[in-house]
Amino acid sequence: MNPATKPTETNQPSAHLRLVSDRAGSAASGITLSGVSKTYRSRDGDVPSLRPLDFHINEGEFFVVVGPSGCGKSTLLKMISGLLAPSTGEILVEGEPVTKPHGNVGIVFQNALLLPWRNILSNVMFPIDMKKLPRNEYLPRAKALLKLVGLEGFEKKLPWQLSGGMQQRASICRALVHDPKIMLMDEPFGALDAMTREKMNVELMRIQRETGKTVLLITHSIPEAVFLADRVLVMTERPGAIAAIYDVPLPRPRSLDAMADPAFTELVQRIRKHFFTQSALD
Amino acid sequence: MAELKRESGVSKALNAAWVRPFLFLLFIVVMWDLTIRLFQIPAYQIPAPGDVVAVLRTDWPELLRQAWPTTYATICGFLLSALFGIPVAMLIAGSKTVESYVYPLLVFSQSVPKIAIAPLFVVWFGFGIIPKVISAFLLGFFPVVVSAVQGFKSVDPDMVDLARAMQGSRFQVFRAVNLPHAMPAIFSGLKVSVTLAVVGAVVGEFVGSNSGIGYVMQRSIGTFDLPTMFAALVILALLGVILFWVVDRIERLVIPWHVSQREDIIFAS
Repeated sequence: MNPATKPTETNQPSAHLRLVSDRAGSAASGITLSGVSKTYRSRDGDVPSLRPLDFHINEGEFFVVVGPSGCGKSTLLKMISGLLAPSTGEILVEGEPVTKPHGNVGIVFQNALLLPWRNILSNVMFPIDMKKLPRNEYLPRAKALLKLVGLEGFEKKLPWQLSGGMQQRASICRALVHDPKIMLMDEPFGALDAMTREKMNVELMRIQRETGKTVLLITHSIPEAVFLADRVLVMTERPGAIAAIYDVPLPRPRSLDAMADPAFTELVQRIRKHFFTQSALD
Repeated sequence: MAELKRESGVSKALNAAWVRPFLFLLFIVVMWDLTIRLFQIPAYQIPAPGDVVAVLRTDWPELLRQAWPTTYATICGFLLSALFGIPVAMLIAGSKTVESYVYPLLVFSQSVPKIAIAPLFVVWFGFGIIPKVISAFLLGFFPVVVSAVQGFKSVDPDMVDLARAMQGSRFQVFRAVNLPHAMPAIFSGLKVSVTLAVVGAVVGEFVGSNSGIGYVMQRSIGTFDLPTMFAALVILALLGVILFWVVDRIERLVIPWHVSQREDIIFAS
């Protein structure tokens, strides 16, 4: 681990083609973006959403993207899952170029988005139904996942009978049930209260460690980003570009005490400066 | 102890869903009777409740026989409006092009009074059951389409994205997400539709018919036989209530998960 926070890349949001990380990464695993940009066409002309991005997420890495609202973070997530084609550039997932939904991702949104007519177990099984995989093979896995997140005994309950935090746990199970390599999380705990949110962060780290998934998480909260991540990508305001990528020097496993670590506070300060200096310049 | 038990039995009976509206109805009938007695309203203007009940009792077989064609036309018209309304709503909600072409025209067509064009159906389809079915269908169709469109459109786009990211085909996603999501809205449309279908069938019978409740009403107005006319109204109201109740029961079976049914689930578990 690095003794101090070390930015692997800094400032100048307009420049995009630069070395992103000192960590070695091979394009055959994880997620690779090369020159990926997105421009939406509308009646009033083209609206650039993302400027060309180049970065690589290693397999099994906890990668967090933090940025102001409207910087195209959700667009990024949709492109990686194959729902949206990039305007330029190429995305590789596990070495395969993404052209259509590939199903090798689990998605968690800000809202749990459980189907109200399915019970918890059957909600977790939803990706299995969509992918037409054999139900009986995955049923034990779904139950095991529910047990992993502490929802044992709630299988037959309907979503509304569970609290917000429990619903979000169930949606995490749904994202994992088909055993994808990658978990995409779009502000997954944004709708929860602060206390539940901290608890869920600790929980999520545990789940990630136990399952070994590659996680790409999007958040507005800088402390949350630093607490969770192996690396934090800081984005600029719209149209989004990479401002910097930081390695997080905190050892794992982390507890909430890690937030008191000087290295933690220093990195949080450092990332925060990006947004303040940026808006000061604007 | 026994006292307490009996009391809870009484309050339980009062809590049954049908008791309160029934009590209120009873109150209205009493007021009706009192008003007639008090202001001495002649029977050819408003009949006394007693007379209406007497007609209902003596002419019951005849009224019931006349209720059949009306019921039949209503149910056929209602089923047709569900059968066409839901797919049309699917097309409107699924395609911007279809919506831009069809929806404004559909709304426009609703401003045409059905009663005014009902005679046209007699010209086209004669005095049989068909013009009544069409009239019932036309009245029931619009509410189904409007609520179903709203139901199909209110799906969370993130949920659809999630299903698509799991490689669900368009049909799979529709069946697993959009359709169940739209069910509560569809049923609220069906409930409005079924009561309007009764009106449609009667309108059809007004214009040209020799059977049905609408015909009975038309005939009894002609002879100032107001008790029979009111008895026919009671039959119509009963028909509407029964059909509404049937749709409501089906709704409970089809969407037991919905907010409006939740209390039942709690009691059941």
